Amino acid sequence: MRMLTLAKRNTKEILRDPINLGFGLGFPLVLILLLSAIQASIPVSLFEIERLAPGIAVFGLSFVTLFSATLISKDRGSSLLQRLYTTPLTPADFILGYTLPILPLSLAQGLICYLVAILLGLSPSVNILIALAFIIPISLLYIALGLLCGSVLNDKQVGGICGALLTNLSAWLSGIWFDLELVGGVFEKIANILPFLHAVELERAALAGNFAEITGHLLWVLGYAAATLFLAILLFLRQMKRQ
Amino acid sequence: MNAIEIRGLTKKYGTLVAVDSLSLTVGEGELFSLLGVNGAGKTTTVKMLSCLTAPTEGDALLLGKSIRESTTEVKSIIAVSPQETAVAAGLSVRENLELICGVHGFDREKRERKIGELCELLGLSEVINRRAGRLSGGWQRRVSIAMALVSEPKILFLDEPTLGLDVIARSELWDIIRALKGNVTVILTTHYMEEAEALSDRVGIMKDGRLLACDTPDGIKALCGTDNFEQAFIRVVKGVAK
Repeated sequence: MRMLTLAKRNTKEILRDPINLGFGLGFPLVLILLLSAIQASIPVSLFEIERLAPGIAVFGLSFVTLFSATLISKDRGSSLLQRLYTTPLTPADFILGYTLPILPLSLAQGLICYLVAILLGLSPSVNILIALAFIIPISLLYIALGLLCGSVLNDKQVGGICGALLTNLSAWLSGIWFDLELVGGVFEKIANILPFLHAVELERAALAGNFAEITGHLLWVLGYAAATLFLAILLFLRQMKRQ
Repeated sequence: MNAIEIRGLTKKYGTLVAVDSLSLTVGEGELFSLLGVNGAGKTTTVKMLSCLTAPTEGDALLLGKSIRESTTEVKSIIAVSPQETAVAAGLSVRENLELICGVHGFDREKRERKIGELCELLGLSEVINRRAGRLSGGWQRRVSIAMALVSEPKILFLDEPTLGLDVIARSELWDIIRALKGNVTVILTTHYMEEAEALSDRVGIMKDGRLLACDTPDGIKALCGTDNFEQAFIRVVKGVAK
């Protein structure tokens, strides 16, 4: 009950921030519309909607990290967290209260992305629902990154690290816009080690119905999500103790 | 029964001693002000008493409950209004109060009653549906204090509650703090000497983590041989009191 009160408040704060809505929903939609328009005008298959939509659905989650990290860092900066630390809320209440509200937002973001993709020519199928379900483990990774960044960075640093660095990593090392094999070398190796490419390929495999490919990518994503969440919880508890 | 009994409370950050063997008692219903220049150890003392940071040495009993061993019980009888205005900016005043009611586990009936009481006490009715982040500094401080009072604390910590407020807003907040006297034990930290003199039953003056003097405002003035409280404070801090 106490945790849900905090979760409800966090949901309201996120939804009432027009920048969150603009970037979280608007920017991925602009990208999908723009790249689909480019695809319609070029003779080669560069941004086919079947490969683009899952990529954008995952890329949009990097803004979820930004929402989550910004909210936590602002709460730390305004001393609201300090006030809440003197209430009966437990550490688990805080972690769940900052994590749970983001999950439905992530799903809503993915749903909107796929609905727009259907309007742009993606064939409606049950695989879209399966791909949406796999948004949950992927969003856990991005939410954990938000908790981690929000626990150690101030809101200006969050803007730089999550708003610029993470979105770029998520964009360039995920194979959304181009085939990473074309670049090859160290770039491809780094992309394979990091979770972003696996998150996009997981979504693509689910959407295409290539279920045999799902497990490997899912394990990468879950492994990173678990490790990041563990580190994020440690750092959140450390800053809580330091208050 | 004393509301607060502090026994040799010490906080060290590495080699820096922020609070050094602090011992004092505060009676129930008393308004006690902690004064001192920047870095004197006031905020660190409040953080230790409110279980936000653990003491390095010593202990304090809040209505008989140890801040070292009974943090959950201590948290159930205290509330803190931090130095910065600690409100949820995107929520309305009502939603801010509902948030604190919720984290204290109030049911709907108790929540509505408490919000009504606080609106009356702090005059919040006219802003109850406005976003907290869009209110003036004075109104935000009122909301912050209202949030601290939601849990009906026995001991209330007000850390620099009037910092940065204009004269009128400060005067109005003083009236609110005066209205709390006797019902709630209030620990106030402030840089404003006239505020401490006007509101406090007793004051403690700290410097470099140590308590230099502890008495009523009149007692401090008598100790320093002056009728001016600010002069008395300066003399205590500079070590030239009689």
